[in-house]
Amino acid sequence: MSNTTTNPQKPTAVQTTGHAWDGDLQEFNNPLPRWWLWAFYATVVFAIGYWFVYPAWPVGGSWTKGFASATFSVGGKEQTMRWNTRSELLQDLDSGAGAVRQREYLQKIASADLEQVRQDPKMQDFVRQAGKVLFGTNCAACHGSGGQGVIGQFPALNDDDWLWGGTVDDIRRTLIGGRNGFMPAFREALTPAQADDVAQYVLTLSGIVQPDEAAERGKAIFHGSVGGCYYCHGDAGKGIKSMGAANLSDKIWTLVDVNATATVADKHALVRSVIWNGVQNRRQMPAFGHRLSDAEIKLLAFYVHQLGGGQ
Amino acid sequence: MRHEHIEVNSGLMIALVLAVISIGGLVEIVPLFYINETIEKVDGVRPYTPLELRGRDIYVREGCYLCHSQMVRPFRDEWLRYGHYSLAAESKYDHPFQWGSKRTGPDLARVGNKYSDQWQVQHLLKPTSVVPESIMPNYPWLLHNDLSYADVGDRMRALRRTGVPYSLTQAEYEANVKTFGKDVADKLDISQAQDNLLKQARGRNYDGLPNRITEMDALVAYLQVLGTMVDFSKYDEGYFAEFR
Ligand code: HEC
Ligand code: HEC
Repeated sequence: MSNTTTNPQKPTAVQTTGHAWDGDLQEFNNPLPRWWLWAFYATVVFAIGYWFVYPAWPVGGSWTKGFASATFSVGGKEQTMRWNTRSELLQDLDSGAGAVRQREYLQKIASADLEQVRQDPKMQDFVRQAGKVLFGTNCAACHGSGGQGVIGQFPALNDDDWLWGGTVDDIRRTLIGGRNGFMPAFREALTPAQADDVAQYVLTLSGIVQPDEAAERGKAIFHGSVGGCYYCHGDAGKGIKSMGAANLSDKIWTLVDVNATATVADKHALVRSVIWNGVQNRRQMPAFGHRLSDAEIKLLAFYVHQLGGGQ
Repeated sequence: MRHEHIEVNSGLMIALVLAVISIGGLVEIVPLFYINETIEKVDGVRPYTPLELRGRDIYVREGCYLCHSQMVRPFRDEWLRYGHYSLAAESKYDHPFQWGSKRTGPDLARVGNKYSDQWQVQHLLKPTSVVPESIMPNYPWLLHNDLSYADVGDRMRALRRTGVPYSLTQAEYEANVKTFGKDVADKLDISQAQDNLLKQARGRNYDGLPNRITEMDALVAYLQVLGTMVDFSKYDEGYFAEFR
């Protein structure tokens, strides 16, 4: 290792650090750029200020809390407390520009009825936009991003067919308490032949097949004590909303995709499978009463209502 | 000591480099162990039941944390999307915690009870069948694999060493009855671990297969409890801010 302290090529330039590696590899000893050095000192001074303003140093079992504060109201009472990320969040939720504007609209929604929302284009906009976001976060995973649903699992919300009712209040009740789609299995109550007949009758309700002898026998079971289907689906098979029982007289199917099959025999087999197996523990709509605020639920009810066929 | 002395002595260099880079971590982490208010005092947080614990192990095994965090941060947008920000208390029995830092998918800290068991099963088998846009992988084997639970007691024993109050002795059991109530204390009893696991899995039949206990049962049981232990309506919001 040689001990040259000057650069042999440019003898008048900056000094080197003093050692050479592999015979001739040397390093200049340039001073730090001035601007860099001053910027460094400035960050040190800034840090000292920061320690006083914000929570910083641990001291025993506690820490220095800083001078900064945040103001927010809880339960209607204004409260100022020391700054931290949580109190800052509360302040933001309480008086942040976005929060204030949103609350203004949500309060309007909370006291509005359907007609008022329909007549006010600004409220309409809000329902569509804020509703879409809420729907995307909470509902789309099951009902699809446009409310189209998945046949057999999650009902479509963009048509005018409702299991539990399609008024804003019905929808709100659905959201707050959740729902549990249920139908008993009839494999014990009916013989295979009887199930065939009832399925045939159900297909006549929506005009898919014309009434025949089998359908007549099925009708008696549907409306009699053996099947007792009318008890939930109603005398005309139009469904009863308070029980979430489907309307069988329209061509909308929520459990099996009858419309997608070509032959009557296939349609019959699908309907029969529902009668035979029923629906248990697989059509649960979660309750949102705890997860969302009343105003958010009402907003979603308006949103779902205008997706397709609100009543 | 001359600079050159360090530069030519790699052992010394390694030791000094380690010392310097650990300072940043030490000053941030060490105080948390002796500051009294790091963990919020809230009711409801309990260790996982044996079934949930197996589910958590599967969650880790499958690497779900590579795409999902479990940490709702205190920002308004996260508050609106996911719900209440996560408390330190809520992961105090997690070893290791699943906070994560990568969100390819949504945060899962509050996913419990958000969906039905049926949805969770369907989604894990094939996410695109319910969310067509999803890029989450399929996990069909969760329903094929029977859950192995013979060693669940050992798993609880290991966590007990790290301070999770699963009970081995009568005294520990009684202490749990005091802290968590009898119902929960029974579930934390290591000697009843397998019975408890079977009881919970059969009782709710998470996977929809009444005659089998699958890995799906465990994972869904775990997902359904995430973020549901604390009843936030019992606390005034300012209360949690006192702890920071
Ligand atoms: C875990 C999946 C799931 C989620 C999430 C979910 N739903 Fe549902 N929803 C269902 C199921 C299943 C039904 C059908 C229940 C039945 O069969 O009676 C249903 C039924 C409904 C109904 C009644 C439909 C009718 O025909 O009467 C409405 C309205 C509804 N959901 C709206 C929503 C909204 C709004 C959200 C978001 C806040 C939501 N759902 C979130 C699964 C879900
Ligand atoms: C490649 C990244 C990736 C991996 C690995 C992954 N996920 Fe996901 N996950 C996603 C994405 C993206 C979404 C959002 C789309 C969707 O709902 O499928 C999601 C959504 C979810 C949701 C719904 C969350 C909500 O609030 O809607 C759950 C629950 C979930 N994942 C659980 C898991 C579990 C359990 C595992 C491990 C077995 C896992 N994920 C592994 C990417 C991933």
